[in-house]
Amino acid sequence: MPPPFHSVSLRLEYRNVTMRFADRGGSGVLTAVRGVSFALADGEVVSLIGPSGCGKSTLLAVGSGLLAPSEGAALVDGVPVEGPNAHVAFMLQKDLLLPWRTVAENVMFGVEIQGVPQAERRRRAANLLAQFNLAEFSDHYPHQLSGGMRQRVALARTLAVDPHVLLLDEPFSAVDAQTRMLLQRDLAQTLSRAQKTALLITHDLFEAVTLSDRVLVMSRRPGAIIDEIVVDVPGRADPIARRADPKVATYVARLMERLDIAHAPLERQPAAGNV
Amino acid sequence: MKSGSPPSLRKGAGASLALLVLFLAAWQWGPGVLGVPSFIVPPLSAVAAEFVHAFEFDHLVLHTGVTVAEVLAGFALGSLLGAFVGYLLGMSPAAELVLSPYILALQIAPKVAFAPLFILWMGFTVYPKILVAILIVFFPVMVNVLTALRNVDPDLINLARAFKATRAQIFWKVEFPASMPPMFAGLRIGATLAVVGVVVGELVGGNVGLGYLLTFGEGQANTPLVFVSIVMLTLVGGIAYLAVILIERRVLHYLPARGVGSDL
Repeated sequence: MPPPFHSVSLRLEYRNVTMRFADRGGSGVLTAVRGVSFALADGEVVSLIGPSGCGKSTLLAVGSGLLAPSEGAALVDGVPVEGPNAHVAFMLQKDLLLPWRTVAENVMFGVEIQGVPQAERRRRAANLLAQFNLAEFSDHYPHQLSGGMRQRVALARTLAVDPHVLLLDEPFSAVDAQTRMLLQRDLAQTLSRAQKTALLITHDLFEAVTLSDRVLVMSRRPGAIIDEIVVDVPGRADPIARRADPKVATYVARLMERLDIAHAPLERQPAAGNV
Repeated sequence: MKSGSPPSLRKGAGASLALLVLFLAAWQWGPGVLGVPSFIVPPLSAVAAEFVHAFEFDHLVLHTGVTVAEVLAGFALGSLLGAFVGYLLGMSPAAELVLSPYILALQIAPKVAFAPLFILWMGFTVYPKILVAILIVFFPVMVNVLTALRNVDPDLINLARAFKATRAQIFWKVEFPASMPPMFAGLRIGATLAVVGVVVGELVGGNVGLGYLLTFGEGQANTPLVFVSIVMLTLVGGIAYLAVILIERRVLHYLPARGVGSDL
């Protein structure tokens, strides 16, 4: 499905990306994603949903330059991604905080690697921690924080390198439901304020709809984009308020239908019975 | 340890102390009550008297000093070498693949069995003792460092890579600090094994060190002197172990406080 953008500048673009892996233990080839094309305009937030193993995370690895696609290319600001790229930062479900670094030092991890001068590193970390209400925890160690706080530190670390594009792989799926909503709000406000472009992978359909401008639906492996929903609900910066909009439920229902969620458990039952 | 330890902790320490007193009392009077002759198990007082005697006439300080020096040298060199090889193999899976069967073979070989060989090579000097200690300390440190590098979360490496980290940055900012806790676990084992290595070396040949004092006491059927040597060796090992733990606490200060007595 070609993206509906022509004149707007594209921050992130996937052009006909196909990814094949050698099959585990066999001689076969496993196609994780096939012919995926889509693009994110500047400042756009797009969610990617699909069944487990459909290659969502593979696309993210391609976008961050950690994996080279078998065919096609990912482009950031119109330049093909040929390796890790300072304009892209990713965040995973795991917070990946370094236990031997304080909160502030963890936030500075990326900018430190990129050689940003120390005074500037400190300034950015202090700003971000203040923004996420973590200033008083600057000198704490990760094990002293709650899961939600750790994830906010991880988000601050991602933003500290001032990336053009954020790639978020189920960033909040490991925290409890209430914390998740607060984190979603923090993320939405931050993305909106900083005008960042973000690609969000999630299994949470409400998260996909309330946080994004568009939702892309992927098929089972080999993953391909099978649907696109433009979320026509105002107030992307406030997902909690957005959730109350009746259109959200309609979108979620359509996503459930596209993902065939109602029938998925029936398919699994025979397999379980065979054990 | 925080001040104002919980009552359960104080109770535990009290019970430990009571057990020590009980043990010392049993040592003093137990043999007499059970009719064990003093050349088999000398009472505490005889060992204490022998300690004073050894201090005055048997150069106990010299023997202890030599053993301590050998333990320190063997432990320091063995752990440095072990850590170095561990990092080297950890950074190069190809090298690990080639060398692992030989490393495994060397690891299985009882290191103390090399002591007579080393004495043949280097004579009755301190060097064979230090060499046995190096060999015996090397493996736990190397294996722990290697395993630690293998077990670094690949996502953590990818995170650093995504920030465009160089290989050296990945090592110094992620892999090296991540290897510290397992390395210290290896060093703890190494600290006690270093004493074993040195003592075996001293038992096999030489005329100085606590291991020598042990065989000297044995040759004279001086059971109290044997006990004095054993107690001194235990002290040396204990102090080495404690020193490692004190350094570990400083280096790994960022880790959550562990359960009571898990260090000791």
